[in-house]
Amino acid sequence: MKYEVVIGLEVHVEMLTGSKLFCSCPNRFVAEPNVNTCPVCLGFPGALPQLNREALQQALRAAVALNCKVALYSYFDRKNYFYPDMPKGYQISQHYIPLGSNGFLDIEDEKGELKQVGIGRVHIEEDAGKLLHEAGGASGGSSMVDYNRAGGPLIEIVSEPDLRSSGEARRYLEKLKSIMQYAGVSDCKMEEGSLRCDANVSLRIPGDQSFGIKTELKNMNSFRAVEKSLDHDIKRQARILDSGEKVVTQTLRWDEDRQETIVMRGKLEAGDYRCFADPELAPIELTAEEVELARQNLPEMAAERARRFVEQYGLPEYDAGVLTASRCLADYFESCLEHFNKPKEVSNWVMGEFSAHLNNAGLEADQASFTPEDMVELLKMIDEQVISGKIAKEVLEKAFVSGKKPRLVVEEEGLLQISDQSELEAIIDRVISENPDTVESYRGGKGKALGHLVGQVMKATRGKANPQLVNELLVKKINS
Amino acid sequence: MPFDFGKEVDHVARLARLSLEEDEKERMAGQLSDILKTARRIQELDTTGIEPTSHVTERPAVLREDRVRPSLPLDKALRNAPRREKGFVKVPRITVSEQDQK
Repeated sequence: MKYEVVIGLEVHVEMLTGSKLFCSCPNRFVAEPNVNTCPVCLGFPGALPQLNREALQQALRAAVALNCKVALYSYFDRKNYFYPDMPKGYQISQHYIPLGSNGFLDIEDEKGELKQVGIGRVHIEEDAGKLLHEAGGASGGSSMVDYNRAGGPLIEIVSEPDLRSSGEARRYLEKLKSIMQYAGVSDCKMEEGSLRCDANVSLRIPGDQSFGIKTELKNMNSFRAVEKSLDHDIKRQARILDSGEKVVTQTLRWDEDRQETIVMRGKLEAGDYRCFADPELAPIELTAEEVELARQNLPEMAAERARRFVEQYGLPEYDAGVLTASRCLADYFESCLEHFNKPKEVSNWVMGEFSAHLNNAGLEADQASFTPEDMVELLKMIDEQVISGKIAKEVLEKAFVSGKKPRLVVEEEGLLQISDQSELEAIIDRVISENPDTVESYRGGKGKALGHLVGQVMKATRGKANPQLVNELLVKKINS
Repeated sequence: MPFDFGKEVDHVARLARLSLEEDEKERMAGQLSDILKTARRIQELDTTGIEPTSHVTERPAVLREDRVRPSLPLDKALRNAPRREKGFVKVPRITVSEQDQK
């Protein structure tokens, strides 16, 4: 393509506090509407918001983890807009002085080289409520409002327009997610909305100093959707520019079902939010020592943990990299090791079969009903030769889907490995008599022929025979 | 060009989703003009060397410990809602075309 792509991302993450940002209501999802609300988050007159200490600490950790300069003095502003998801008529945010600014994170660019992506700001703000729209009748319909999420603790992280492709945007998000998870700030589950991303994208002729006209993309609820909607809009903008027309500044919504972007109208101008300092909330003051302490106390990040996995468990670097890419997966791996200390074996199963099922189901490791205890139970059965590795894959799949214990699956499905010599001998005798040619060629010195016979026995036992024992018995019988 | 207070009132009313009668608009435009006049007078003060102040108190925020306390019972929380249904607050739907997105 003859254009250079310029992308900047605005990411909101939900923080992992017990209570909301400015009140003591629980900060967690519940199905019943409006049960986690109080005068503060409902914006009743006379209610006084008070900042959550833990939320400030987590936001501070996020800022230092993203290499930001931290403002020792900052405060909250009211961002005014009138929409039913905000009962107060304004959102409490940090408009004029963000907690963190001028940070960066590293990603790999298209050539696989290290690239620094600037972080313009990291600020604290409150979440909005949720609206459910009813189908409109003659009256235009109604919306049902749930304020459980209103006043929840968020941080917004705004990148500089440093990203040059949709792939870089995805890698930036993956890195950001990893940092936020490791810093203990957010679980960053995009499908559940604990990480939300808006994208600004424009095109320009390479070498241009100024930016082209940008569009804003919203409503993407997976990393894949971010990548796809960016690709979609990059193509759309390129077509417009190719034809000599101009791109129009607009906000577009990604429609997952139709796999295309749809124009949203009625977006407010920046000045329409009439931001001003919230007089009810006193300024946040931090000392340089507090910021330094937060920096020193940052938890282990992915790269460090990977290094430790190599040193402590003797894992290949590849395994360590895959396992630590997600904090949940790394935690899962280490939980397994507590009761089954064979790192490489655990790694193979966690990276391989387990991860494959997670991906299929769109789950994170901590959401799977197949727990580390289940994994250990499975691996012990292989170790004790109760089941073969091949059968174990089948057991894992069934246990993963049904939530049943692996041992129960083995019992219910009759998958116990056949290590009973007399039972196997009967099957082996039959296989030998049914395959005289193969037996002859083995006798004649063709070693490969044995594999075929083992295969026949495995087939006859639906994979349940102990392969080593089959091998032994076959050789013994043919040679006798 | 003189500042068009009528237009400004229309704009602010739209942002607040208020529908104003003509006489209300006129009254608001007058009030808005007075408020801005006062602001302009304050701006005439010489503030050289004075740091901008955003808050009347100089004390920093007193933080709250991250402890969950009981929320309001649902019927109390929704007592002032003009319309409600199944625990939700029910409001007129604002359609996408006029929806003001954050």
